[in-house]
Amino acid sequence: MKEIRLMKGNEAIAEGVIRAGCDGYFGYPITPQSEVLEYLMANKTKERTGMIVLQAESEIASIHMVYGGAASGKRVMTSSSSPGISLMQEGISFMAGTELPCLLLNVVRGGPGLGTIQPSQSDYFQAVKGGGHGDYKMIVLAPASVQEMYDFAKLGFELAFKHRIQVMVLSDGAIGQMMEKVELDEQVPRWTDEEIVKLHPWSTTGKTPDRERNIITSLDLNPVKQEIINRNLQKKFKHIEETEVRFERIMCDDAEYLFVAYGSSARICQKAVSLGRAKGIKVGLLRPITLFPYPSKELEKLAKQVKGMLSVEMSAGQMVEDVRLSVNGAVPVEHYGRLGGIIPAPDEVLNVLEEKFIKENLLCKTH
Amino acid sequence: MQDTLTDAQICQPENMVYCRTALMTQAPLSYCPGCGHGTAHRLIMEVIEEMKMQANTIGVAPVGCSVLAYDFLDIDMQQAAHGRAPAVATGIKRLYPDKFVFTYQGDGDLAAIGTGETIHACNRGENITIFFVNNGIYGMTGGQMAPTTLPGMKTATSPFGRDTETMGHPLKITELIANLPGTYFVSRQSVHTPANVRKAKKAIEKAIQYQKLNKGLNFVEIVSNCNSGWKMTPLESNKWMEENMFPFYPLGDIKVPK
Amino acid sequence: MATVKGRIVIDTERCKGCQLCAPACKEGTIAMSKNLNSKGYQFATSINDDCTGCINCALVCPDGAITVYRVKLN
Repeated sequence: MKEIRLMKGNEAIAEGVIRAGCDGYFGYPITPQSEVLEYLMANKTKERTGMIVLQAESEIASIHMVYGGAASGKRVMTSSSSPGISLMQEGISFMAGTELPCLLLNVVRGGPGLGTIQPSQSDYFQAVKGGGHGDYKMIVLAPASVQEMYDFAKLGFELAFKHRIQVMVLSDGAIGQMMEKVELDEQVPRWTDEEIVKLHPWSTTGKTPDRERNIITSLDLNPVKQEIINRNLQKKFKHIEETEVRFERIMCDDAEYLFVAYGSSARICQKAVSLGRAKGIKVGLLRPITLFPYPSKELEKLAKQVKGMLSVEMSAGQMVEDVRLSVNGAVPVEHYGRLGGIIPAPDEVLNVLEEKFIKENLLCKTH
Repeated sequence: MQDTLTDAQICQPENMVYCRTALMTQAPLSYCPGCGHGTAHRLIMEVIEEMKMQANTIGVAPVGCSVLAYDFLDIDMQQAAHGRAPAVATGIKRLYPDKFVFTYQGDGDLAAIGTGETIHACNRGENITIFFVNNGIYGMTGGQMAPTTLPGMKTATSPFGRDTETMGHPLKITELIANLPGTYFVSRQSVHTPANVRKAKKAIEKAIQYQKLNKGLNFVEIVSNCNSGWKMTPLESNKWMEENMFPFYPLGDIKVPK
Repeated sequence: MATVKGRIVIDTERCKGCQLCAPACKEGTIAMSKNLNSKGYQFATSINDDCTGCINCALVCPDGAITVYRVKLN
């Protein structure tokens, strides 16, 4: 029987990375995610699995410690919240340029600036469209439960090493702070140094006579070569778009109207779907689990079936741009968002859906 | 007969007393003629070769003239963002405590943009070795003022000389980090004369050897020239360095293990 | 009379003509050639037979262009 525990989202992902065989965590405290570092420290990971946990002097140092560890083939990660993730963009861009695998957790809080410590989804663009300088993407996973916070630790490392890419778990203050039951897996053993040499022949582990020296760099001043490097990166992102899309369909089969929402907003919308169904409205929810790659094809399909889509986000309207790109004008796409750390209520979003699509249509019919 | 030895008779492998270490690659160095980087590179590689540590070494070179150091050093290397090498090296060393991990940084990198990473790596006593080449200027970007630029020194961004009233004072970061409990061995050397090269190599040897003791961070500063940035010939720049840099950045060990 | 005899071999293509080797040589064995290498540098060259193989020139050569040989004369 599986081990079950009642945990906070932040604790669940911390337990998740330990059990996923993580080698190193480097981080800096920031609300609302400090429990990750606290949990790892309290759990004596060095004794438990040999995992190194280090509190760095800044988010900038943290991400570059991750860079060093990742370049040497280890499973490494950091976590932070919005302002801290902004500081990390330099290191993330360098990791994109050197194709280094790592796990990043952003427990999003409201911005801009110091903003608020309340939950928000206003870092969607930063996470999904690149964030730092240069043409790059990360795989972005959006957990909607404490269980998924836990599960995405292991999944995140798997995807990171499968594609040599950075994987960001884009959570928010609500998912990070709330408590739910979590089913835990068996411990995945950490790789031995010998296994790393075999599994990741590109990594800098010390040049042995049987191979050329390994160099981790994003620099190439030759524009022809630099273009090839960039084209290869784009090829990889394209491949990821074709193979790694994840989403959840909730009551979509007969839906006439569709919520599109991820993370905390998806939970609100799931409740709104039940409220709507109770009122006889055929409404469904598409919950993107990967924000990059985005489930565009699924939305394109649903656009042939529904009369309207409402993107619900705790932002001024970021993901809605991707919904519109996906359906390409086939159906009306509207946005509803709350800002500043406010989480919308289920009846509130259902009302908006009715206002924007159903009441208007009724009005049209009566005229 | 011996007086008439031919060149060919002398230049035999058994008579060879010095040649470039095999841990320097064949690539021609990208540095300006007379620049101390090449000598500093070679000394580090000589020590690593003599200690048979190639398979155990991971180097980190951030942004600066030595950004392409990995082209010249035949070891596993990581290129790091500007100033972040001590953090990158921390990440490697924490996960590979038995490897030899070093950074190779310039003064703009280590003492300006990377001050935080430098001081905290030193203060935590990370068991890494930092080689710090200080030429008082930003060489790669074309000779701008560095944190180590001397008062009155002319650079591209202090064309009338560094005015300490408005541009601040040069930073003696090596003395600063020597005061931190996490540093174990701190030394300042130069590589512009044969005698200095010999001393510098001894300091580099210690800084590499001491890493095995896990007693803290080992740090060797090499005060060097930047003849292009200083707008002098290599020989003039070395003379200027002796007359101007050394009084402000005196050579010798700054912190030695008890 | 010298008890050792030295020779230097300069990789003239690596040499950048920085001249640091010349003053490092106590015997005055090194000078700059009037010829240029393919990069346009006036490379260092040995001008007499006085080399003792002390390696000083090689130590200060930033480009590692000098190889030194030495034989003992008895």
